[in-house]
Amino acid sequence: MLLDSRIHIATPEGVELGLPLAGVGARSLAWLIDALIKFVAVSIMSIALPFLDDLGSGLYLIGSFLLLWFYNVGFEVLRNGATPGKKALGLCVMHTNGTPVGWNASVIRNLVRFVDMLPGCYAFGCIAVLLSKHFQRLGDLAAGTVVVFADDSVSTARTSASKPLPVRVPLSLDEQQAILSFAERAPGLNAERAEELAGLLNPVFADVNAERLQGHANWLAGAVHRE
Amino acid sequence: MKQDAFEARFVPRWDRLEKWIATLENRKEREQDAELVRQIGKEFPAAYREVCHHLALAKARRYSLALQSRLNRLALTGHRQLYRTRTPVLTLIGRFLVHEFPACFRRHWKPIAWSAVLLYLPALLMAFAISIDSELLYSLMSPRDVATMEEMYDPGNDVLGRERASDTDVMMFGYYIHNNVTIGFQVFAGGLIFGIGSVFYLVFNGLFFGAVGYHLSSIGFAQPFWSFVSGHSSFELTAIVIFGGLGLAIGYRAIAPGRQRRWQAIAEQARDGMALIYGGTLMLFAAAFVEAFWSSTTWPPPLVKYAVGVAFWVLHGLYFWGMGRSAAR
Repeated sequence: MLLDSRIHIATPEGVELGLPLAGVGARSLAWLIDALIKFVAVSIMSIALPFLDDLGSGLYLIGSFLLLWFYNVGFEVLRNGATPGKKALGLCVMHTNGTPVGWNASVIRNLVRFVDMLPGCYAFGCIAVLLSKHFQRLGDLAAGTVVVFADDSVSTARTSASKPLPVRVPLSLDEQQAILSFAERAPGLNAERAEELAGLLNPVFADVNAERLQGHANWLAGAVHRE
Repeated sequence: MKQDAFEARFVPRWDRLEKWIATLENRKEREQDAELVRQIGKEFPAAYREVCHHLALAKARRYSLALQSRLNRLALTGHRQLYRTRTPVLTLIGRFLVHEFPACFRRHWKPIAWSAVLLYLPALLMAFAISIDSELLYSLMSPRDVATMEEMYDPGNDVLGRERASDTDVMMFGYYIHNNVTIGFQVFAGGLIFGIGSVFYLVFNGLFFGAVGYHLSSIGFAQPFWSFVSGHSSFELTAIVIFGGLGLAIGYRAIAPGRQRRWQAIAEQARDGMALIYGGTLMLFAAAFVEAFWSSTTWPPPLVKYAVGVAFWVLHGLYFWGMGRSAAR
């Protein structure tokens, strides 16, 4: 299959759902975006509120406290597991069994964030992410959550209208799937690359080029040729 | 069955399920048309199971990755809708305050009892020790701190506590929140270091309270000091004891995890004590509120303040002892 690291969620219906896990790079970027947003919000508060004198500084203390604490938890629970930073990268927080993240889990993972931040820039957190099986930091391990890429669009459907060409060679299911994948990827490849890939099949198919291979793919998928 | 025939046959049903899920995910649409949501609800489980079946077929027959990924996403979003709990927040809060918090407290009464001992016993011992040798006060606080403290609770003050005007009550509220939450967090997070941190902070705070209380009472500032602390003492001290208790419980699990792996035992204990964390934090907020807006006032006669303080303590006792016992869930 694919080379991504995936988490396989077993559902009660007996089918396995697979989701790509988010690693250190994506999560760091998401964190950076969130940190910027929080910084801007706190700065706005610190500029605007002194106009209200002491009431303002009281509001500022309370407001910044609430913001830094509940920003993460609120977005994770109420907005489908995605803070604005995570959403920008297409990430999503969920329980390891696929259910959306709840209040308890979100509070735990954000409380343990204080431990993850030690001793410097999320050092413990990064080490935990790199060492754990499902890219979980200490907060995720404590709360039983994972961070995944919510949008799993791997490839687009076949677009070729080539005439279906029968395949005269017995192929295993995996090999058939490889040819179908080629047909799906072909629009995204340039012509030379497509020919190069198709040419790899010369020993098996006689006279094969990109278009003929797409024809074979159409035949394998059972496309009906309309004149 | 070939892939294109499979798709041709079932694409209308997948599109229908996708539309349903989009309606359910969109809060505005959901609330607008309750009748539609009810209709969807009747047919949703069957449609979702069918899509799961299609996904399994697509994987087994090695259909193209595009088709598999589409069905995967459909199944995932459907799974999310079907297995999501959406209790209204007020019910959750009500249920928490009435049942979960007191029940969790009673479940953890042993570590909390130890925590109370670690807080109050040093206080009493320190008070006793200072009564014998008053120089011991300066082993905890510098002379300048002692002077500041005496100034705060001077009977001649207009306002008890820190020097301020009344419209900065809100600022003091913010300040006390920060103060209380820091203490609570230290006492709790110290438990992660095998409970040693919790023990240390509890004993230290206990010694401090005992010293301050005895010293101010002995120099004649008893009335301002006790009338100041009476209101919020029940909230704050009980919250510190609760956080300390949870810290001790976690520390104990870290030392003796039983048959589980160490961090697993810690995580399980933390999850079990979540209600205590929420409740303790609420209590610290309440303590800060009372401290900022009630404790520092001098217009009520001292008896009223004592009465309020005692009333709060009694309420606390009743709450943790009796609340939530009747409903057998």
